[in-house]
Amino acid sequence: MSDYEHYEALVVGAGPGGAAAAATFANYGIETLVLERGVEAGSKNVSGGLIYAEESAPYTIDDLFPGFREAAAERPITKYRIHNIAGDKVESFDLTDLHEHDTEWSDSVLRRKMDSWLEDRVHERTRETGGGLLTGVHVNGLLREEGRIVGVTLDELDPITADIIVAADGVNSELARDAGLMDWDEPDEWFQGVKAVVDMPEDAIADRFDVADDEGAAHLFSGDLFEGVRGGGFLYTNRDTLSLGTVFHLDSLVAEEAEPHQLLDALLTHPLLAQWLGDDYTELEYSAKLVPDSKKVALREPHFGRLLLVGDAAGQMQAQGPIIKGMNHAVTAGALAAESYAQAKSRNEPEKAGTRYARKLRSEGVMKKLRPRGYELLRGVAEDDGVTDVVDTVLTSAVGRAGIRALSGRLERLYNVPTLSALMPDTRTPYVTLPTVIAEELGTRVRDQSSVTPPDLEARIGGLTYDTDIGNPHITLRDESYEASGAAVAACPVSAVDFGGGCYREEVVRTNGSEERVVSLDTQPCVECGTCAVVADTEWTHPRGDKGVEFKWG
Amino acid sequence: MHMVVLTKGVPDFREGQVSFDEDGHLERGKTPTVMNPNDRFALEAALQTRIRHGGRVSVMSMGPPGYKEVLREAMETVYADDLHLVSDREMAAADTWATAITLSAGIETLGEPDVVFAGFKTADGETGHTGPQTNWCLDMPLVTHVISLDIDEAEGTLRAKRLVEGDIEEIETVETELPAFVVADPEFEPSYRTAGERLTLKDLREETRARAENYEEHLTVRDHADINVDPDYIGLDGSPTIVSSVDPIPKAPAEREATMVDPEDTGAMQDVLGAMQSAVGDDAGDAAAAGGD
Ligand SMILES: Cc1cc2nc3c(=O)[nH]c(=O)nc-3n(C[C@H](O)[C@H](O)[C@H](O)COP(=O)(O)OP(=O)(O)OC[C@H]3O[C@@H](n4cnc5c(N)ncnc54)[C@H](O)[C@@H]3O)c2cc1C
Ligand SMILES: Cc1cc2nc3c(=O)[nH]c(=O)nc-3n(C[C@H](O)[C@H](O)[C@H](O)COP(=O)(O)OP(=O)(O)OC[C@H]3O[C@@H](n4cnc5c(N)ncnc54)[C@H](O)[C@@H]3O)c2cc1C
Ligand code: SF4
Repeated sequence: MSDYEHYEALVVGAGPGGAAAAATFANYGIETLVLERGVEAGSKNVSGGLIYAEESAPYTIDDLFPGFREAAAERPITKYRIHNIAGDKVESFDLTDLHEHDTEWSDSVLRRKMDSWLEDRVHERTRETGGGLLTGVHVNGLLREEGRIVGVTLDELDPITADIIVAADGVNSELARDAGLMDWDEPDEWFQGVKAVVDMPEDAIADRFDVADDEGAAHLFSGDLFEGVRGGGFLYTNRDTLSLGTVFHLDSLVAEEAEPHQLLDALLTHPLLAQWLGDDYTELEYSAKLVPDSKKVALREPHFGRLLLVGDAAGQMQAQGPIIKGMNHAVTAGALAAESYAQAKSRNEPEKAGTRYARKLRSEGVMKKLRPRGYELLRGVAEDDGVTDVVDTVLTSAVGRAGIRALSGRLERLYNVPTLSALMPDTRTPYVTLPTVIAEELGTRVRDQSSVTPPDLEARIGGLTYDTDIGNPHITLRDESYEASGAAVAACPVSAVDFGGGCYREEVVRTNGSEERVVSLDTQPCVECGTCAVVADTEWTHPRGDKGVEFKWG
Repeated sequence: MHMVVLTKGVPDFREGQVSFDEDGHLERGKTPTVMNPNDRFALEAALQTRIRHGGRVSVMSMGPPGYKEVLREAMETVYADDLHLVSDREMAAADTWATAITLSAGIETLGEPDVVFAGFKTADGETGHTGPQTNWCLDMPLVTHVISLDIDEAEGTLRAKRLVEGDIEEIETVETELPAFVVADPEFEPSYRTAGERLTLKDLREETRARAENYEEHLTVRDHADINVDPDYIGLDGSPTIVSSVDPIPKAPAEREATMVDPEDTGAMQDVLGAMQSAVGDDAGDAAAAGGD
């Protein structure tokens, strides 16, 4: 083998998955190097976010990082409600039971604070093994020798080899793609999450959400406020900020040609939110990121040779009805991956780390959560367009409405059944039709008026911090025709039809009397969400280390 | 490897820090002293050598006792293992010649360093002489305008990329034996291509921040006797340069008047265009209009 720099274990990405893997390697005394592209861990990351510690999980974040909740999290979430909305009519259900099912605790988090806290711990612990954590380095591919994966290549450093490589590089994992384990082709395998962090003093939070110092609230929103796009909204209380956002099925977003920032605004300006947002709306940050749908993309065998995939990189992001669980599974998977290697190595069969890891994901019950069997069985029927049409027609008919009214007393309980929420089909029925009918039939009118004026897209982009890699765009268009890449003009969260300051723009080119619709791309305002990797025909990579957008909150 | 870096304190010329009297003379008392900004590159070059090859970085300055702060700044902003201030009244009012004699004597008290680094020009004196003159006393191979550096410890050689005539377009690579004297150019870029180097860098930065807080524990102050120089050869007495007078640079007369125009105001913009056309002559305006078709 050539004389490359070598570490026993390499972890790519310092999100929750990478941090858990690295801490576990360090616990086994394995020399571990962690590589993170952001200026600081968390500077590239976005989540809603509630991090769960599941009772059934073999590893939780505070197992691996004692003191996590006190130092890195915002508030324990003690109230959990869903609001079914139709116009200004709202019917709210308490979902605290569902939220607390299999939950040891659940805290709201902001990723810059959380991940940078983890970064310091991870560096300290891996440094003792002879490795450490480096930021500002972008891993751009796998290093192979005689066809076998032996290490990684980077923009900033010479190639590095390792005995085991953990790809914890999140959604749009360049390593998963390089290994041929993930393609970015099907919009229906992804959600797009868009988020605003909003300033709010602690006493205002206590007042408006009726929470004590060690309490927090989560509110979810579904119904007709999103122009029929499948998905929903969320509001979580942090210590002295709020996290508000939307999560939509990417295929639905594309089909409806919806503008993500406008959907977010529809939530922010809904009269229901006036009671919480008041009239002093100050948005601190606008952000977005793709979210994999584990039901469709969670890899059953997330490994290839020395490469083990964990977290979003392996599609391990569970949408359990309205509850989004990605961070906790990334933590579990990261720890299991590292543990699998340590055990395989002690049996003198390190090459079996991958199969061992996949087995653990099954035996520890992780796979069952990520890909519920019932969903697979139901999916064929429930996600059939014809069936959806029939169900929706019945639901919206007099009969269906009568049924909803008859169920009224029990609906809240039904929403709280974990197995039902795990099986929710990806159709407009549970996201749009059902909540709308519930609100119409059972809801009460909201009398508040919203005085929130969200910033426009230009102001939102202007509020972000960028270190642009001038002359070195990280995304290029492979096909600039409107047919191939036009969907990105609306779907890109920092672009919009008729907005000149975004990434994607539609242009009309005249050649020899004929007109052609094409799109152009300027990556300067890009928030690296990954949407156009899926909905447009691009050559998509992340920017070089330290470059691109830097989230201060996440 | 033992590296010595030379650094000097200069007035902080940044807006808001610097203070001038009515005659345009610098008010030294009111202007804080900081590390000469260009010396950062010399420190970076020494740190790169330290990280790649191990050893120690000594930072030296000649100047009044207040320069301790400058040395602390050097330790904090880049890196230093130990700090050395050469200071006494006999050294005051030195020109570059006397400074060079003093510094070279100071360096010799530290033993036989493998590489001595100086910065390119200071922000006040701006002669750029001190490095080369110091080396004239030390008599080592001299490489100036260095933008990148590689050392082969086994061979005992130093290979550097340098700007020819200070021109970014023209770069030559030179090789010399160690020990050597290097003047780092402001274009100098340290390069760390292995994870190991970057981890060491991170360790040192961490360490250095803590050490800078107790920098005086790492500081040695020496006077002319300590470095064994004859007072006749240093300070004012040792300086052949005579400054006959200092003239303030006259301010450029403000002959032009500026008017603010709102770009949205089409009428006013028409006037601007008209003024521009009459300034360049109507012919030019017509030509531009024709070219625009
Ligand atoms: C709007 C939104 C709301 C969400 N809400 C929730 C929620 O409430 N609860 C929940 O549990 N989950 C939620 N998620 C999902 C959750 O954020 C992810 O599942 C989780 O972050 C996955 O963790 P990870 O460690 O796999 O990847 P990430 O957290 O994405 O970390 C990947 C890391 O790898 C780095 N990286 C990527 N590529 C490279 C490279 N090539 N070289 C070097 N470094 C690289 C990145 O900079 C990053 O630090 C939400 C997501 C979004 C977008
Ligand atoms: C014509 C002339 C007359 C002068 N007369 C006087 C005078 O009468 N009284 C007086 O006080 N000063 C005087 N000076 C200033 C004094 O000579 C210089 O400040 C000093 O010698 C350094 O020269 P420089 O500032 O040009 O540094 P440069 O030669 O531009 O500095 C290059 C590098 O040399 C190193 N270096 C320079 N000075 C020091 C130092 N003191 N310690 C450690 N490293 C150093 C640094 O690495 C620096 O980056 C005079 C300067 C000139 C040009
Ligand atoms: S350019 Fe692509 S990756 Fe960047 S923000 Fe837009 S859709 Fe997301």
